Amino acid sequence: MRDKATTLYIGPQHPGITGNMMVKVQVEGDTIIKARTEVGYLHRAFEKLQERRNWLQSFTLLCRFCVPEPDPVEESYARAVEMLEGREVPERAKYIRVLMLELARMGSYLLWYGGQNGSLGLYTMGQWSVGDRNYILDLFEELTGGRIYHMYIWPGGVRRDLPEGFTDKVLRTMDYFEKRLKDYDDLMFTNTIFQKRTQGVGVISKEKAVEWGVVGPVLRGCGIKSDIRIDDPYEIYDQLDFEVPTAEGGDIWARALVRRAEIRQSIRIIRQVIEKMPSGEIYNKIPNPLKWALPKGDAYARTEATRGEIGMYIVSDGTVNPRRTHLRGAAYVHGVSLLEDLLVGENVADISAIMNSLGTCPPEIER
Amino acid sequence: MSFFDLTGTLKPLTALKQFGKQPHTISYPKVKKEAADRYRGFHYNDLEECIGCGNCSTICQNAAIDMIQIEGIDGKKGDSGLRPRVDNGRCCWCALCVEVCPTGSLSLTKDYLYVSEDPDTFLWTPGVDNPEGKERVSFTSTGDSSLNVFQRVPMRELEGKERVKSFAEVVLGYNEAEARAEASRCISCGICTEVCPDHMHIPEYINAIAAGKDDEAVRIIYDNNPLPEMCGKVCTRRCEDVCALAHRGEPIAIRWLKRYATETAVTADITHEIVNPVIKESNGKTVGIVGAGPSGLTAAYYLALRGYDVTIFEANAKAGGATMYGIPKYRLPIESLDKQIEYIQSIGVKIHFNTKVGKDITFKEIYEKYDVVFMGVGFPAAWTLGIDGEDAQGSVQAVNYLHAINSGDKVEIGDKVIVVGGGNVAIDAARVSKRFGADVTILYRRRVEDMPADWEEIEGAEDEGIHIIPQAIPVAVHKDENGRVKSLEYVLAEMVPDERGGRPKPVEIEGSNTTIEATSVMAAIGQMGDYSFLDEYAETIKVDRGRFVVNDKQQTTDPKVFAGGDAVNRTADAISAIADGFRACKAIDEMMMGTEK
Repeated sequence: MRDKATTLYIGPQHPGITGNMMVKVQVEGDTIIKARTEVGYLHRAFEKLQERRNWLQSFTLLCRFCVPEPDPVEESYARAVEMLEGREVPERAKYIRVLMLELARMGSYLLWYGGQNGSLGLYTMGQWSVGDRNYILDLFEELTGGRIYHMYIWPGGVRRDLPEGFTDKVLRTMDYFEKRLKDYDDLMFTNTIFQKRTQGVGVISKEKAVEWGVVGPVLRGCGIKSDIRIDDPYEIYDQLDFEVPTAEGGDIWARALVRRAEIRQSIRIIRQVIEKMPSGEIYNKIPNPLKWALPKGDAYARTEATRGEIGMYIVSDGTVNPRRTHLRGAAYVHGVSLLEDLLVGENVADISAIMNSLGTCPPEIER
Repeated sequence: MSFFDLTGTLKPLTALKQFGKQPHTISYPKVKKEAADRYRGFHYNDLEECIGCGNCSTICQNAAIDMIQIEGIDGKKGDSGLRPRVDNGRCCWCALCVEVCPTGSLSLTKDYLYVSEDPDTFLWTPGVDNPEGKERVSFTSTGDSSLNVFQRVPMRELEGKERVKSFAEVVLGYNEAEARAEASRCISCGICTEVCPDHMHIPEYINAIAAGKDDEAVRIIYDNNPLPEMCGKVCTRRCEDVCALAHRGEPIAIRWLKRYATETAVTADITHEIVNPVIKESNGKTVGIVGAGPSGLTAAYYLALRGYDVTIFEANAKAGGATMYGIPKYRLPIESLDKQIEYIQSIGVKIHFNTKVGKDITFKEIYEKYDVVFMGVGFPAAWTLGIDGEDAQGSVQAVNYLHAINSGDKVEIGDKVIVVGGGNVAIDAARVSKRFGADVTILYRRRVEDMPADWEEIEGAEDEGIHIIPQAIPVAVHKDENGRVKSLEYVLAEMVPDERGGRPKPVEIEGSNTTIEATSVMAAIGQMGDYSFLDEYAETIKVDRGRFVVNDKQQTTDPKVFAGGDAVNRTADAISAIADGFRACKAIDEMMMGTEK
C-alpha cells in the first residue's frame, strides 16, 4: 500500500538549509517524490543596484554575492572591467590576486567542511574547521582590513600591498593546515557514519552533469576534469604547477573527496605564489572614479570558485555607470534546477547533505 | 564494506586527544582582540585638515555620509565649513570615502564595537564624536592608493628663448585630449565657486568639458562672464588656490580649461551661435556706462540681454580697459579680446570709442541723458617712485609704457631696463622690454616669494633671462649730461619681522648703496584713480581712500550711479571687475523694474 504523500516545507529558517531559501518537498514515508525550491527571501537586486552606481562603486557591492567566498566575484568583475578598458594589471598584483583567491578557496572549503558534516550531525568537524578558518580570516584582515568582506581586488590591481611579514605568516598558516588536515581526515573521511551517509547519495551521472551545465567540484566529482584555472587560465595560473583532482561516482562522497584534495592543491599554489612573487607596482591607477567612463561594449570574465564557474558579464554604454551587469554563478544551476531533480527518490533526511554538497548559495541565486 | 568498520569507527575517536585543550580561538585571560593595522573600523576625520568638499559623501554608494554644519567650524575660503556625518547603520566599511578624500583627512580606525539601543546614536560625526579615534587610525589614504588624480596635465608653452623673439602667445593651450583629461580630474566639489569673485559655475563647465560637451561648457561660462576667454588666459584664478586637489597635489587647471572651451568658439559669430543669447524685448530704459573695461562691458552685456539700451563711453580707441592696454599681447592677444568685444557688441551694446568723459563729453550730459549710470573707470594714473632724478628722460611709469606698446606706439627704452616693483605690471613691463631686446632687471623691496605677481609669471620672466634683485630699494636716478637716465642707485634691505604680526618689513642696510647702469627706469609700484571727470558730482558721489564708496549692490552714494572694477575693489583684478559688473546689472535691473528687495 502506498503512503499518502505529505508536503514538507524546509526553510527558509532551518539549520540544514544553506542560507535563506526554502525547499518544498512531497514525501511518501521518508522518500521524496517531488521537490520545488522557493527562493526570493534574499533578493537584494544587486545587478540592478549596480546600474545606479558608477564603475567603482559597483565593486563594493560584489562581495555580497557570496559571503563565504567574495573574492572570485571581485576578481571577475575587476578583470571584466580591465578587459573592456584594455587596462594592464601589474604582475605583482596578479600574484597577490591569486594568493587571495586561493586563501578564499581554503576558507570557503573550511566552511563547507562544517556545513557538510553539520548536515549529517557530525558537529565536531564543523567546530574545528570553522575555528581554523579564523586563521585565514586573520590573514584577510591583515591584508585587506576586512575579515569577511575584503573589497580588495579592484579594477587595475589590488588596493594595498602585502604588509610586512605577511608572507611568513601565510607560510606558517599553511604549515599548520598541512598538519591539521590529517585530523580532519581521521574525523571525517575515515568515519563510517560519514561514508555511509554520503556514498551513493545524491548521484549525478556524467551525462546529466554535462547536460545540466554542472560545474566546479560537483562536475569533477562526476569524473570529468574541468577547471577554468586550467581550461581558460587567468591571472598567473598558467605559470603555476598544480593538479585538478577528480573523483568517480558523482555522489556526495565523490564531491567531498574532490574538495578534500583541492585544499591541498590550494596550499601548493599558495606556496608557489609566495616563492615566485615579483616586486613592483600593485595598482594601475584608474582615472577619477566620478568621471570614469568605460568604452562602449561588453566583457565577460570567469573565475574558478569553490562552487564552480563564477563569471561577471558587464555591458557599458560608454557612460560612468554600467548599463547592465550579470553574475553567472553555479548556485543557480546546482541549487535550483539540479537540486529539484536530484532530490527525487532521496531520503528526506539527506536534503541538507545534498544541498551542502552542491554548494548551494542563495545570495548568489538571487542577485 | 561491512556495516561495522573498525577503523571507521575508532579513528574519529582520535578527536579525544583534543580533550582538555584550550580552544585556540580564545585566549585566557580574555583580551579584546586588537584589530589589524589596516583594519576598516569606524571613521575618524581630522577636522583641521578636512575642507568639507563632500567627495566622501559623493562616492558613498550606501548614501551613508551627509555633510553637516558643525558648531565651532565656520566656512571660509577653501573650506565649506561642512563636515561628514556617517550613518554607521548604512556604512559598509568599503573605505572608498577614504580613498577619494583629497586632503587625506578621513580615515578608518581599529574600533569596531559599539552597542546602543538608540538607533539615532549610530549617526557619528567622525572626529567630533570620537576624538579618541586619532590614536586608533588604521586604514588611511596614502598618495599611492588615493583615487584622486593629483598630477595636472602639463601646459605646453613656447621655450624661453623662442618667446623673447616676438609677442607670440607663450601659452599654447590644451588640445582636446588634454582638456578632457584635465577636466576629468575634477571632483566637482565646488569649493572653487565660493572663492571666485564672480562665482562662476566652475564644476558645471568642467564637467561639460570632461563629457565632451564644449558648447555646453561655453554656454555655462557665459552665464555670468562675458569675457571668459580673457579670464581663461590671464585670470588671477583664486579658484585654483583653494582647489581640493591642491592640498596633496596640483590644482585643476581651471583657467586653462576655460580658455580651452572658449577658444572652441573661434569667432564672434560662432560664439553667438553657440551661446544663442536670449535678448529680451527693449524695455525703454537707458544705461550710460563710463569705461569699456571688464566691469563696464559686463554690466553692459547683461543689461543689454535684459532689454536695456546700453551705451558705453570709452576714452581709448579699443575696448577692454586694463586688459587691453595693461596686459602684454603674449599673454592676451589682441584678436582674442576683439572677438569677445565684437560678440558683446553683436547683442546690441553700443560703444563710443575715443570719447573721454570729462573732455569729449561731460559727466553731466551722461548723468542727465541716461536713466542709470555705471562707472568702470579703473586706475589710470600711476604712482611715482618719489626719488631724486625721476624726471630724467627714460624714467617712465610701467603702466604708461605698456599702454603705449599695446597701442602700437614705439617707445625708446635702450638696452638696459630696470623695472621697480613686484606685481604683475612689473613683470609684464620687464617681459615686454625683454622682447625688444633689452637687458632687463627687476628690483623689488621684499623677497621673491613675497612678490604679489603670479608665480607662473615670475617663473616665465626668469626663464626668459630676466634678472631679479630682491630686497633692493631705489634711492636715486642718475642722469647724464643730456638729462637721460644713466644709472639707478639702490640700497639693499634686510627683512625685519613685524612686531604686530604682519609680513616682514624691508629695512635699508646702511652703506649698501649700489649703482647699476640703465637706459630706462620703469616704476611699477601701484596705480590710482583719476576722478576729475566728475566735476560737480564729486560732491554727491563719495570717494574714500582713493576708491568710490559703494554698497553691496555696487551703488554709489548717488543712487542713480553704480560703480565697479579697480576704482571700487582692492583686489584689482579682472574677475572682480566682472563680478562687480554682474552684481551691478542685477541691482540696476531690480531698481528699474521695481523688484528691489
